[in-house]
Amino acid sequence: MSHIQFGFNHEWLETLSVPFMHNAFIAGLCIALAAGVMGYFTIARHSTFAAHALAHIGLPGATGAVLLGLPVSLGLGIFALGGALTIGTLGKKASQREIATGTVLAFATGLGLFFSRMSSSASQQMQAILFGSILTITNDQVLGFAIFDVLLLAVMAVVYRPLLFSSLDEQVAQAKGVPIGVMNVLFMAIMAGVITIAVPAVGTLLIFALVVTPAATANILTSTPLRSMVLSSILCLVSIWGGLVISAMFPTPPSFVIVTISTLFWIVAKGVEALRHR
Amino acid sequence: MQTKAEKTQKAKTPDGGPALVFRDAGIKRGERIIWQHGNFSIPSGSITAIVGTNGAGKTTMMKAELGLLPLFSGSLSVLGGPAGTTNHLIGYVPQNYASDIESNLTAEQSVLLGLTGTKFGIHPTTRAQRAQAREAMVFTGVDDKRHYRLSELSGGLRQRVAIAQALVSGPKLLMLDEPLANLDLAAQRETVHVLAKLNHEMGMTIQVVAHDLNMLLPVLDGAVYLLDGHPHYAKMNEVLDADLLTHLYGTKVQVVTTPQGDMFVTPGADEPDDVTPDIHKPDEVAGFHHHHTKNPSSSARGNRRDSAIGGEKPRYFEQVVSHRSQAKAGRAEGNEGNQRQEAGQ
Repeated sequence: MSHIQFGFNHEWLETLSVPFMHNAFIAGLCIALAAGVMGYFTIARHSTFAAHALAHIGLPGATGAVLLGLPVSLGLGIFALGGALTIGTLGKKASQREIATGTVLAFATGLGLFFSRMSSSASQQMQAILFGSILTITNDQVLGFAIFDVLLLAVMAVVYRPLLFSSLDEQVAQAKGVPIGVMNVLFMAIMAGVITIAVPAVGTLLIFALVVTPAATANILTSTPLRSMVLSSILCLVSIWGGLVISAMFPTPPSFVIVTISTLFWIVAKGVEALRHR
Repeated sequence: MQTKAEKTQKAKTPDGGPALVFRDAGIKRGERIIWQHGNFSIPSGSITAIVGTNGAGKTTMMKAELGLLPLFSGSLSVLGGPAGTTNHLIGYVPQNYASDIESNLTAEQSVLLGLTGTKFGIHPTTRAQRAQAREAMVFTGVDDKRHYRLSELSGGLRQRVAIAQALVSGPKLLMLDEPLANLDLAAQRETVHVLAKLNHEMGMTIQVVAHDLNMLLPVLDGAVYLLDGHPHYAKMNEVLDADLLTHLYGTKVQVVTTPQGDMFVTPGADEPDDVTPDIHKPDEVAGFHHHHTKNPSSSARGNRRDSAIGGEKPRYFEQVVSHRSQAKAGRAEGNEGNQRQEAGQ
């Protein structure tokens, strides 16, 4: 059977009700919450490229973990956190250094490939790590995501304003006594966490569309940081859940549909903005 | 002759202590000494400019005053405490404020951050805080723009939002790094007007890093000038010496005395070095002024015909005229501080 199948799946409702779909929906909710909140800060800090690079820095960790028989998320998380703390310690300016970030990104991706070729199981996992496999998320992973979200919200409740101030207006915040070094390390560390939980959904290559794009869309449509974070989370959630539903109806990879929905929202918002400013 | 600074001292600071005291202060960046042997104090209630060439350490001086950069020698006291310990009493407006803000932040929220941005924990914005932010924005004249995003505002309006943000927590000292850079003349004038009003109505001590003093001259009490690696402080009439300014800026600078006060001008870019600049005596300039007020529409042209020496250096002269009318217009905005200073002279 070599012809391309692109038929409508009439049993899509049944497909959606299987257990792995439940996990995918709950994971999507957790990811949307975390990505929505952190996406705003990522844009405000001009650190979108650094965030993207963190996912790639996690890649050799992920494939290395498979090599050693450890969970993918553990390796990914450790490498992303290591990279995050390094960038964070170097200061906010460091996360804006595009050439250094890009170079590290390329090297890390290469290293990830190298590790994956050292064992057949890592090689098999490679595509899932690069492009995501939201349908294979386990119960344990979902639990981990939920715990991360609770921690994230708890930390945010404490540092929200100083983090916002230092993100938007670092010099004044510093003069006013906000510990900007701590804020910077904290931001990068949380970012590493968000990436660790978002990679299983869309993979390291497409993560930009889940962390940064919805936040950019929300920034166009709202005018306060908090509203922007809420809308960003909603857009992220609609993208993920929409991706799951559509990929149940049509034989398409969920990652593709998730990224497409997220991008469409952004294009529409950009269009509305352009019309508004005419 | 009583200067404005002396009067302000009496009127506004009963405690009478200076706002900033430098004692043998010096600062390094790496191994390079930026400046040292700073020995001066700046009176409370004054408006002071920090002037000097690029790289002389003007911004560095502000960072030192905020305690963000350590001194390698001497001491620096700000508002009665060592630098860095009194920052809650300082409003700081850094250079190029908001030029790279990439967010949806509105003017009002930006101002509110000046009030709530340092607080850890959950603090919903209170009505009182909003009122405070509103008050600061009314003062700087951006109240009607409070729902605009920063990215939608012009440079001049953003600058005034930044000043409102610095004001909102009720500081005693306001520090602005190049507040007039990249602003057009009207916006520069408005910013200077806000500063003069703050100083006059609230008795706020103000420090401004500036390249071009002309716009600020009407409101300045003194200047810290960074010269040959040493900061000096002088009252305005002392600093406005052509030789000093020429040395200070590393290019030829002339001081022209007019009925509106002193202004200094630099030669046009295409002027040869050996040309004698076109300088006017005060009484001569008073003549221009007369024409100017009588017949404003044709004044610039009339002046040139009447007084330019053989039309040899029209470009240079044009610059003098434009500087003069700028300062005049600044005054026309009318605040008592200026007028008092004028009376003093």
